[in-house]
Amino acid sequence: MSNRTKQRSKDIPYKSRNLWSGILFGLGMVAFIDETVFHQLLHWHHFYDKSTTDIGLASDGLFHAFSWIATIGGLFILADLRRKHALLLSRWCGGVQLGAGFFQLYDGTIQHKLMRLHQIRYVDHVFIYDLIWNIAACLMILNGLFLAVRSRGRHEHGEASTYDHE
Amino acid sequence: MTTNNVHPIGGIIPQLFLAFPFVLALVLYILAARLSNRYHKPWPISRTLCWTLGSLMATICVSGPLANRAHVHFEAHMAVHMLLGMLAPLLMAMAAPMTLLLRTLAPPAARRFSRFLGSWLSRLLTHPVVASSLHMGGLWCLYMTDLFSLMHESIPIYLIVHIHIFLAGYLFTISLIYIDPIRHRVPFLLRAAVFVMASASHGILSKHIYAYPPHGVPLTQAETAGLLMYYGGDVMDIALVCILCLQWFRAAKPRIGQLNTPIFPPEK
Repeated sequence: MSNRTKQRSKDIPYKSRNLWSGILFGLGMVAFIDETVFHQLLHWHHFYDKSTTDIGLASDGLFHAFSWIATIGGLFILADLRRKHALLLSRWCGGVQLGAGFFQLYDGTIQHKLMRLHQIRYVDHVFIYDLIWNIAACLMILNGLFLAVRSRGRHEHGEASTYDHE
Repeated sequence: MTTNNVHPIGGIIPQLFLAFPFVLALVLYILAARLSNRYHKPWPISRTLCWTLGSLMATICVSGPLANRAHVHFEAHMAVHMLLGMLAPLLMAMAAPMTLLLRTLAPPAARRFSRFLGSWLSRLLTHPVVASSLHMGGLWCLYMTDLFSLMHESIPIYLIVHIHIFLAGYLFTISLIYIDPIRHRVPFLLRAAVFVMASASHGILSKHIYAYPPHGVPLTQAETAGLLMYYGGDVMDIALVCILCLQWFRAAKPRIGQLNTPIFPPEK
């Protein structure tokens, strides 16, 4: 490793932007899947549940609105990183899982349970659904953290340099 | 009061009053485009198309069968609200009418108009926070107070509400996406944040309408209208966000030379 690269590895430009782009996209993607699969296709989630608290309605509205700009904006930042040859793909993927896991866990615990937005599915043993939902969320967060920590201070020439000689 | 036994108010006069400005705007736009083409490079046909679609859509919303139906049917009213308050303003903003006006007017008049665009009033009205407050505040007032039932009884209120829906929608759109020249640009992050807040308030209001309809609206109509408002708003959100992000993407384009020096050079 030359001195130049050593110096760089301390402070890689766009390192946090890679992570944030992934987090934004992951958060938006999960919200999108929630809307298309669970609301529209399966009809498990309900548009409005009478038991929803006001704060639940506000939280849902805020996250729903944010999810659109997060998905689309996250992808534009990805395109920008790629254009600048600054993409760290595994760090970005870590970010995606962090964002996805965080939103799913927030949705599954605070929004569904605490704010009583709506249940995952209106069946007797909704407990099992909740368990699977939240465990999946935790797994995504753990894997995302693992990828984010591992890619910290790394150049990943294999991926980043792929775009160098187009 | 139930919406089913409200008689359409006013008849043809208020409808003509509301439709006339849009028809006039369409005629003037096409005239201006033709006139200015003599001295400048051709005005893009796509912009003329956007303006035509936008103003025709607004005309349909305020006059004719859809407007009549909107008086008695809450779903139709909601469709009018979506088209008049969101899609028509977006299309008309995309048509860059201020740019066209500036290149059509004689230089002294163009300078005066340009001064007006830079005045404190226009700065205030096109600030994202002010424009979105006007737009969203207007909607909350309309559906959460008695304004909605008053609107069907009084012609002046009816006119004011519809003019407000369109103008606030237009200001909201041009305060977020910069198609026409704008003197006082607001940072991208602030515009994005205002957009999220406005969009969230739109979503919350539509769920609120779904559950607690405005005074006199039957629950079934309110449910359909709430869904229409929620998902119609999503479609418009996606369009706005795409334009907003695309403008950021173009503005953040790396300068020449930056592109040729990769941040991660291959290890020798």
